[in-house]
Amino acid sequence: MATTLRFVLCGSVDDGKSTLIGRILYDCRQVFTDQMQRVEEDSHRYGTQGGAPDLALLMDGLQDERRQGITIDVAYRGFRTPRRRFIVADAPGHEQYTRNMATGASTADAAVVMVDARKGILPQTARHTRIVAMFGVRHIVLAVNKMDLVAWDRGTFESIDAAYRTVAEEVGLAQVASFPVSALTGDNVTRRCAHTPWYREPGLLAHLEGLETEPPAARQPFRMPVQYVNRPNPDFRGYCGRIVAGDVLPGDRVRVTPAGTAAEVESIVVWQGTRDSATRGDSVTLTLKPDVAVSRGDVIVAAQDPLEAADQYRARLLWMGDEPLTVGRPYRLKLHTHEAGATVTRIRHRVDVEDGSELAATQLELNDLGVINLATNRPIPFAPFDESRELGGFILIDRATNATVGAGTITYSLMRAANVKWQDFDITGEVRADLKGQRARCLWLTGLSASGKSTVANLLERHLVSEGRHTYLLDGDNVRHGLNRDLGFTEADRVENIRRVAEVARLMVDAGLIVIVSFISPFQSERDFARSLFDKDEFMEIFVDASVETCARRDPKGLYTKAKRGEIRNFTGVDSPYERPERPDLRLDTEKLSPEECVELVIERLV
Amino acid sequence: MSTSAKAPSRYPDTHRAALESEAIEIIREGIAVAARPVMLHSIGKDSCVLLHLARKAFWPAPPPMPLLHVDTTWKFRDMIAFRDRMAAETEVRLIVHTNREGVDAGITPFTHGSDHYTQVMKTVALRQALDAGRYDMILVGARRDEEKSRAKERIFSLRNARHKWDPKAQRPELWHLYNTRLKDGESLRISPLSNWSEADVWRYIAAEAIPIVPLYRAAERPVVERDGQLIMVDDDRIPLAPGEVPTRCRVRFRTLGCYPLTAAVESDADTLDAIIAETLATDHSEREGRLIDHDSEASMERKKREGYF
Repeated sequence: MATTLRFVLCGSVDDGKSTLIGRILYDCRQVFTDQMQRVEEDSHRYGTQGGAPDLALLMDGLQDERRQGITIDVAYRGFRTPRRRFIVADAPGHEQYTRNMATGASTADAAVVMVDARKGILPQTARHTRIVAMFGVRHIVLAVNKMDLVAWDRGTFESIDAAYRTVAEEVGLAQVASFPVSALTGDNVTRRCAHTPWYREPGLLAHLEGLETEPPAARQPFRMPVQYVNRPNPDFRGYCGRIVAGDVLPGDRVRVTPAGTAAEVESIVVWQGTRDSATRGDSVTLTLKPDVAVSRGDVIVAAQDPLEAADQYRARLLWMGDEPLTVGRPYRLKLHTHEAGATVTRIRHRVDVEDGSELAATQLELNDLGVINLATNRPIPFAPFDESRELGGFILIDRATNATVGAGTITYSLMRAANVKWQDFDITGEVRADLKGQRARCLWLTGLSASGKSTVANLLERHLVSEGRHTYLLDGDNVRHGLNRDLGFTEADRVENIRRVAEVARLMVDAGLIVIVSFISPFQSERDFARSLFDKDEFMEIFVDASVETCARRDPKGLYTKAKRGEIRNFTGVDSPYERPERPDLRLDTEKLSPEECVELVIERLV
Repeated sequence: MSTSAKAPSRYPDTHRAALESEAIEIIREGIAVAARPVMLHSIGKDSCVLLHLARKAFWPAPPPMPLLHVDTTWKFRDMIAFRDRMAAETEVRLIVHTNREGVDAGITPFTHGSDHYTQVMKTVALRQALDAGRYDMILVGARRDEEKSRAKERIFSLRNARHKWDPKAQRPELWHLYNTRLKDGESLRISPLSNWSEADVWRYIAAEAIPIVPLYRAAERPVVERDGQLIMVDDDRIPLAPGEVPTRCRVRFRTLGCYPLTAAVESDADTLDAIIAETLATDHSEREGRLIDHDSEASMERKKREGYF
C-alpha cells in the first residue's frame, strides 16, 4: 500500500480544477448522497452547467465562491480509491489569490497542472509551475483539459504538452506526465476515452495512484527541531519535537545546535513509556544526559553530522504581502521552530514568471518571485531547502500587521569566509587596516536626541586621533546634508537613511578606518541590519542611555519643545518609539557618567 | 460508497501513526507559544481523541491547558455523566460555561427555532466563555472532511477580538510553519485533526481504546420522528403531540450535540468494529444528523464568521 499522496491542483482560473476534483470524487463514490443533493440544489442557483450538477460546487465551500463561480481559497479534501489514500488541495487560479495557491502547494508531493486546451499555457500556468518547483514539488501531472471542446485534437494536445515541457525543464522539473482529458466527463481521468485512440496511457487518476513520491533515500543524519521543553517536575526535563530526518536510538551521541553542545540521548519518551527507536515523521520527547541547556528553536542533530548555522542567506522568495517588500525593512522570520528578526539586505533579481528571465528590481510586489540576500539577527541552524523542506523553508511576518508576507526557500548561506566574491581582491580590509597600524571598527552609537551621542562621539574621535588612529565620524547632520539629502522622514526614507549610513560605514571599515556612527537609530532591527554587514568583532553597538525626561530637560536644540507643541512630527521619544537595545555591547549611562568617563569605557573595550 | 474500501486492515498503521504525529506536532506548536491556552471540549468523539492526543503530547506532564465545555443545558444526559466522570478521573481541569441570560430568557430549541437557540446558547455562550478566559490559543477538534467551509479553513485559524472568522483574509499557511502572532484580543482556533477523516477517528479510538459516550453505540432507545429525522426522547422537556408515543428503535448517533437537534440513525453497530464498517459503507455525510447545519444556505460558514465553534 502506497503512502497517502498529497497533491495540489493548480492552473489558471476556469481551467476546470474544481470540476476535475469533483469528477474524481463523484466517480470514486466519495460524495455522500446528501452532499450531492446540495450540489444539485446549488447548481440551479449558481451552477455553470445549465442546471446540470456542477461538480465544482462540491469544493467551492465559501458563499462568495459559489456566488461568483470562482475558487478564492484552497480547499483540502481527503478521498481514497481501492489503491491509495489522497489529500487534494484545490487551489484558486486567480492571480490575486496566488498566496492561497502557495499554501496548498507547500505541503504537496505532486501537482496537477490544468491547462485549457483552447487557451494553452497562460501566465498563471507558468507562475504556478514556478511556485510548485520552488516549493520542492517534484512530480508534475499536466492535464490538458476541455479536450472535448477541441474535438480531441491530437495536434493541440501535443503542442501544449511540448510548450509546457519547455517551462518545466527551465525550472528544473524533469518528471512531467501529460494527459488529454475532459474533467467534465471524466475521459482519461477516471475512465479510458473512446475519442483518443492515439493516447494509450492509463488515465490521470491511475497515474496518481501509482506515483512513487519518496524513493528510498540514502540514510539521512538525525535532525529534530525542538518545539517545546517539557519540565513537569525537577526530575524530568524532556525536549519535544517531530523528527525531520534520520533515526534516533537511546545512547546516540547528539549535538544541540546552534550552541554545539554535545550530549547523549538518554531515552525516547512516549505516552506511558519509552521507545527503542524513532524515525523521520515521529513526534517524540527526548531526554539527554548530561542535561544540557536546550530551548525551543534549537535543533538536536546527530553528533557526527552537525548542522550549519548562519545569519546570512541566499534565498528564493515569493512575496505575498499587499505592501511591497522593502530592502532593509525589519520583518520577523520563522524557520522550523525558530523565530528571529530578519531583513532582506538585497534583491538580486525578480523572476519573470512567464519566461524565467532575471529582472532588476528594487522591490517585490504582491505575487512576485525573486532571489534575495537575507540577514537574521542571530545565527539559525538550517539546511538548504533542496535537502530539507523542514529546515530550509521560512516565512516572513510583517511586524506591524502580523500578516504572513513572504514564503522563502534557503539556497545556501552567505558566510563571509565562503563568499568567493570577497576573495577576488588581493588587497583586503585587513591589509588596509594593518597599514594604518590598527584594527578597523564600526562603533555604532545609538540613543535619544540629546542623550549625549555627539558629545561622546566628538571626544572619542579626538582621543583616538591623539593616539595616532585613523578615524571618521558619521553623524545625522553631515550625512543628511549630503548623501541623504533626497530622503525625508517617512518610514521608508528612515529605513533607507540607516541603510546608506550602514553601507558607507562598511566601506570605510573596509578601507581600514575606525568609524564612529552617531545616529538615534531607534529600531533594534535597523541596528541589527547594520551589525549584519560586519564581521563579528568589527561592530560595536553602544547604547548612549539617558531617560526621555533628562533629554527633554537638556534639549540643546529646542527640539523636544517643538515636538511637544506638535511642530515636529515623528520625533523619537515624543510621538515615535525608541526601542532600547536588547543586548548592546556597551551601555553608557550619561546621567551618571561624564563624557570623559564614557570615552574611557569605550577605549577599554577597544583594546 | 465503494464497498471495496470496507476492510480496515487495508491501510497500514503508518497512516495512523502519521496522523497522530502530525496532530501532536500541531498541539505542541500552539501550546509552546500560548499565553492562555484552552481546549474546547464537546464530549464528542473528536474531542475525546483530541484530549487523548494532548495527554500524549505532554506526557509525563498533564496537558498544560484546561478544557472548556459550553453547556447548553440540552446535551444528552449520557454526555454530561460521561463528562463529569472523565473530569474526575483525569488530571485535566474542566471549565463549564452556560449562558445564564439565555436560560433566564427561556431560550430553548423547541420554542425559539434551532437558529436562534444555537446563536444564544452556543455561539454567544462560547464568546462569553472565551472573553472571560482571555484565551489566545484555542484547540478544537474540527476536521476538514466534516463540512465544506471547514475544508477551506487553516489549521491555525485567526479570529478577531470578537471571535469572528474572515474567510477572505486567511493567512497563508506554508509547510508546517504556523504564524502565531496575535494582536490584543485576537485568538487562534487550532485544529490538530484537520486532516483526519471520520473513519480515521474511529480507527484511532479502537486502536487506542479511548473511552467514548455510549450513545455512539447502537442500543434500543425511545425516539420520535420529526421532519423525517429520528429524535431521541432524552427527557420530558420534548413536546409530544397529543397521543404521540415514542417508539423504541435500535439506533446510534454518528455525531453528538444537543439532543433535540441531533438525529439518530437506525443501526445495529454496537461494537467499534461494526461502527467502523458502517462508517466506511455509509452514503450519507456525518453532519446530516446535525439539524443546525441545514437552517440556511452556507449556515456553517455564517456561524463561523460569528464565532461559532
